[in-house]
Amino acid sequence: MKKLLEMRSIYIEGLSEEKWYPIIKGIDLTLNRGEVLGLIGESGAGKSTLGIASMAYTRMGCRIRSGSIVFDGTELTEATAEELRTLRGRRIAYVAQSAAASFNPAHRLISQYSEGPVQHGIMSAEKAAGEAKQIYRHLLLPDPEFIGYRYPHQVSGGQLQRAMVAMAMACRPDLIIFDEPTTALDVTTQIEVLAAIKRIVREYNTAAIYITHDLAVVAQIADRIMVLRHGNLIEENSCREMIVAPKEEYTRRLLSVRAFDGAKDLDRKQDEVILDVRGVTASYTGNTNVVEDIDLAIKRGRTVALVGESGSGKSSLARVVTGLLPPVKGTIVFNGNRLSGELKRRTKAQLRSMQMIYQSPDTALNPKQKISKIIGRPLQFYFGLGAREREKRVLELLEKIELSAKYYDRTPMELSGGEKQRICIARALAAKPELIICDEVTSALDQLVAEGILKLLQNLQDELKVSYLFITHDLATVKAFSDEIVVMLKGRIVEQGPKEEVLVPPHHEYTDLLLSSVPEMDPDWLENLLGRRRKEGKISTVMDS
Amino acid sequence: MNMILKMVFKRIALGLLTLLVISVLIFVGVEALPGDLAEAILGQNASPETVAAFRQELKLDLPAHVRYFAWLGGFLTGDLGNSLANGRPIAELIGWRFANSIFLASAAAVVSVPVSVVLGLLAALKRNTLFDKIISMSTLSTISFPEFFVAYILIALFSVKLVLFPSISSLNDHMTFVEKIYTITLPCLTLVLVVAAHMMRQTRAAIINILSSPFIEMARLKGLKQSRIIVLHAFPNALSPVINVIALNLAYLVVGVVIVEVVFVYPGLGQLLVDSVAKRDIPVVQASGLIFAATYIGVNILADVLSIISNPRLRNPR
Repeated sequence: MKKLLEMRSIYIEGLSEEKWYPIIKGIDLTLNRGEVLGLIGESGAGKSTLGIASMAYTRMGCRIRSGSIVFDGTELTEATAEELRTLRGRRIAYVAQSAAASFNPAHRLISQYSEGPVQHGIMSAEKAAGEAKQIYRHLLLPDPEFIGYRYPHQVSGGQLQRAMVAMAMACRPDLIIFDEPTTALDVTTQIEVLAAIKRIVREYNTAAIYITHDLAVVAQIADRIMVLRHGNLIEENSCREMIVAPKEEYTRRLLSVRAFDGAKDLDRKQDEVILDVRGVTASYTGNTNVVEDIDLAIKRGRTVALVGESGSGKSSLARVVTGLLPPVKGTIVFNGNRLSGELKRRTKAQLRSMQMIYQSPDTALNPKQKISKIIGRPLQFYFGLGAREREKRVLELLEKIELSAKYYDRTPMELSGGEKQRICIARALAAKPELIICDEVTSALDQLVAEGILKLLQNLQDELKVSYLFITHDLATVKAFSDEIVVMLKGRIVEQGPKEEVLVPPHHEYTDLLLSSVPEMDPDWLENLLGRRRKEGKISTVMDS
Repeated sequence: MNMILKMVFKRIALGLLTLLVISVLIFVGVEALPGDLAEAILGQNASPETVAAFRQELKLDLPAHVRYFAWLGGFLTGDLGNSLANGRPIAELIGWRFANSIFLASAAAVVSVPVSVVLGLLAALKRNTLFDKIISMSTLSTISFPEFFVAYILIALFSVKLVLFPSISSLNDHMTFVEKIYTITLPCLTLVLVVAAHMMRQTRAAIINILSSPFIEMARLKGLKQSRIIVLHAFPNALSPVINVIALNLAYLVVGVVIVEVVFVYPGLGQLLVDSVAKRDIPVVQASGLIFAATYIGVNILADVLSIISNPRLRNPR
């Protein structure tokens, strides 16, 4: 096979506080024509930086210190800015993580598609528009003749991501860099985009670098995989071999993440219901209901997982339970007492016994406050503890969340994402709650870190008998962590029950769609799934939505 | 479209409300001015009877709220009342002067808006180069000088030293358009220098802010030229802040010409306002104040509406 891209001993540095520190520490990367290479690793591994360096491009505050990048016989590190410009978009294209942010909001999709080929002098705008429609059709976008004339905000996330794949194909490049193209999408949407990418890459024999943190996703599409960590190459192998026989311990850990099983002792019967939501309907505008007719019960010391895609009303339901969104109809009974729908009419004790942990610990913690103050605040507010007692209790809580006492005087800025989320957990625990609402608490974290958080939550539950309402779109987490599952779709509950019942067929049609859409660590999974859905005639509902 | 109409209507309603509040403020403010009009006009030696008769004639003896509503009512029906100083209808006094002020402000706007937007775009395009620094420094210096200072410097340079333009800009109806433009060159240039810096810097800042967006990175990775990225990708998304700063400066042009008009003895509304305050001609001061306020609010509403329309999300709802 002919070499398309060859990167040798690439060193890339980033600027932080006036100092250059290494991001990529001397990596070699070779890509053949028509080959798909998966770059995987956790955040901070340098996979995106390495991926876009193949276009001799670095983000603001980064620079390529040394190394050589040869693309189709041209040394890019010595190329002029103008030479690079004519290469980008025309021969090497880029697909970004968030299509919503990467499409210009001021222009129609099709003019953004045509811009590349027209500006590179490949074809006229009319011809480009014609080809755009063909590719839209090819990617199974609905209404391919006219969808291009919409603005980015007028189409859904999955459609936009496919439109971006189409845009990358506009000049028929030799290489496309896919930078986490499905990470921001729901599982069911992820499949559409993944299938679209796979089809187009194969059809046009385009080489690709596919960057992701999800091994199961990359397994569906890559011929070869490189595992990166802290800017170093950990392991490189063909996709199939890596999944069957990983050589390095780190790769093995990445592979085993999805196997996490919080097996726990459920033999003792637990009938005491702590939260009972009956017939709740709520609305933000008064016109359309975001949640409708919800019945939900959580038992003491148990975990109820609330599952659904974005926009299904999961977080709105949490807002109703916490009192942030007063319901239009229905009752909320907590610990045998009926709760007011309005936050300000709840007692302090009621507020105390229900705590919340959020998706993004970065925005949930005041970056300027010390950890002692963050965790100490609920101790002071709910229990009126004095300074000395507070210190003792904060240290106890730090121990509970498996962080050492030296974190006491730090600020969130000095902590990693996983550590910050642990602080959020400690803050919730400080109030001695009986129910904790966890809103996508692991979604913003790397898989290994997320696994640690889940284990911690499980240990805390075993010890403190606290109940969780666990909101997530990640079904792997649900399988591992929940006792009961509630599946929501468009503001309504479509299925609910104990985990064993919901996860075992027969499912509700939508639950089935959700479950079957979770990528598995099997390179043939996507093909098999699509084949199966096509046979069952379900493909249309997935692809045309 | 419906949503846009609704928002526009809301803005206009709010503008009218603001104007009403301002009318109260103007009235109260003028009431609070020290000194007495009757004494000012009739002189210190007038007998108390004469003063009382004068007050009665001008209805100054009525309670303040009665006079306020009478004044507001008159204003709404187009009757601005008569000047106290010379008894002529205020509408007649203000009309042509206001037109002169608008003429001067428009001339300044027609020059300054395109120049400053283009300079802002160029500065953003050539960020951190010598060109950018020179533009930034020179605009910063003009913004730092008070306008009367800029005006006198220009007079010293262009009327006294070079003798190119007149230092007194007295317009009259017999002038042709070109003559008029020639006459107002210096006041116009003064205003341009004072407002252009602000608009240019805001344009540059808005564009640079947009340049860190992911869609600009995308445009770069599509291999587009830098000039195209700035003009076609960054600028349309920077429109809203740019429109707002332009509006602010246009409003300033109309309202803030007072000092410039005085320096150049330009027969505009500002000149009249200053004269009337000196003469304690209260109805004229009130009327001019309200007209200035209405202009200011009007321009700002226009800016709001334009920046709403410039947002594709609002223009093309889902």
